Amino acid sequence: MPKLPAPPLPAPLRTPPPRPGQGNGKSGPVEDAKQAGITVVDWVDERTSLSGAARWLMFRKVPKGTNWFYTLGSATMFAFLSQAVTGVFLAMYYRPDPAGGAYESIRYVTNDVFLGQFVRGMHKWGSSVMVVLVFLHMGRTFFFGAYKYPRELNWVIGVVLLILTMVMSFTGYLLPFDQRAYWATIVGVNINGTGPLVGPYLSDFLRGGSEFGATTLSRFYAIHMLLVPGLIAALLGAHLYLVAKLGTTAPPWLKAEKRKELRETEV
Amino acid sequence: MPDKRDKHKSKYTLDRGMPGAFEGETITRRRFMTGTAHGAGAVAAASFALPALGFAFGPIFKSTPHRWEVVGNVDLFPDNNYIPVVLTVTPNIGEAGKTTVYVRKFNPEIDTDAADVDSHTPYIAISSRCAHVGCPVRWVDASERFICPCHGGVYDLLGRRVGGPPVRPLDRFYTRVNGENVEVGPRFSVNSQLRRFSPRDPGEPLDGIGQYLYPSRPGAQKL
Repeated sequence: MPKLPAPPLPAPLRTPPPRPGQGNGKSGPVEDAKQAGITVVDWVDERTSLSGAARWLMFRKVPKGTNWFYTLGSATMFAFLSQAVTGVFLAMYYRPDPAGGAYESIRYVTNDVFLGQFVRGMHKWGSSVMVVLVFLHMGRTFFFGAYKYPRELNWVIGVVLLILTMVMSFTGYLLPFDQRAYWATIVGVNINGTGPLVGPYLSDFLRGGSEFGATTLSRFYAIHMLLVPGLIAALLGAHLYLVAKLGTTAPPWLKAEKRKELRETEV
Repeated sequence: MPDKRDKHKSKYTLDRGMPGAFEGETITRRRFMTGTAHGAGAVAAASFALPALGFAFGPIFKSTPHRWEVVGNVDLFPDNNYIPVVLTVTPNIGEAGKTTVYVRKFNPEIDTDAADVDSHTPYIAISSRCAHVGCPVRWVDASERFICPCHGGVYDLLGRRVGGPPVRPLDRFYTRVNGENVEVGPRFSVNSQLRRFSPRDPGEPLDGIGQYLYPSRPGAQKL
């Protein structure tokens, strides 16, 4: 039976080996359950070698001075995960029918479904939370200089993720299909249309025609729940991969420590 | 990227002594297989990607049929004030497909612009869609102005901008008289001289180079 290599935990967190005379040869149900878990994990790991990847991702060295500002990225990711989970369950009730069905289905979710108001509220307010977190994360990256070499590509991916988050906010806003949703979408699509040369084609693409029509709502719904979430998930993976590969930066107020011999020869 | 081996070896299969090589042949079986595999992959990907893209972008090039809708009796509309009528722009989607149009009779004393005289529109039908970003404007009788609630666009009796952010006058609709009824047809846009253009979205100026920066959609045409 191959054994998982122990993660590099600090000494106080490691489980001590059993003292001599403690085990009496018999294993209780707790040890059995523990052993069963280890066996399952080992079985998967022997066939996938996933533990190496997991350790590469989780047990990274971080620079001195890492602080709470460094959690804004994962906070944004968890906001996205919350949006994804609540969105999947909202999709079980939502009907993209512009002739009244969309509004009615949202009304039903809000007023009649058990916990519907709560789940819809999570999704609605969570979207604002996600946008705020994206900007805070971006500000942290900017002010800490974490966009510089070799992390430029991760900045670029982050900007694309910011734009996709905006696309999510824009397309999601139409779905309740009340007066505010309708007019905000009219205004938003027309603002898209003011881009020279490509603008008129872009707004026609968004509406699915020259006027707000029968397919505009389903178009926005498909973009909102299929196209953009897939792109966000894929780019989020690339973003995280680069973070793990390149490591994080030290805060700018920390000076790099010189080795002792260099310090002495400097004078 | 040429590797070290290629420097020593000729690109001709014949020089390299390959079985079945003939004069001038440069494509080895390995290259041929690589190219075939890539080509087959590209064909397979294109066979679902191209139809899907065409499906998504098709509506840009689709022309919508002209609709003529009866809005009222010829005597309903005065020539110095507007009567609001509700027009169905997109059928079968309920309230979302409707828009308000302000209609009055053609008045030779105020409708003196050449375009209006030329187009022989017996009634002037002004769209309530603001030329800024598309909010619904409202005719305020007391001030004889169209006023937009969103960002403060103001238009005069002819729909020309007199204040606020709009970039061109209010759109109009073609009208015709059919028996005793006034019918309102397709939309058209006008520039600040009230010259007619095929319909543009709000926010797209039509003066100067505006008409070239914001081309009309492929399926649209003036009447």
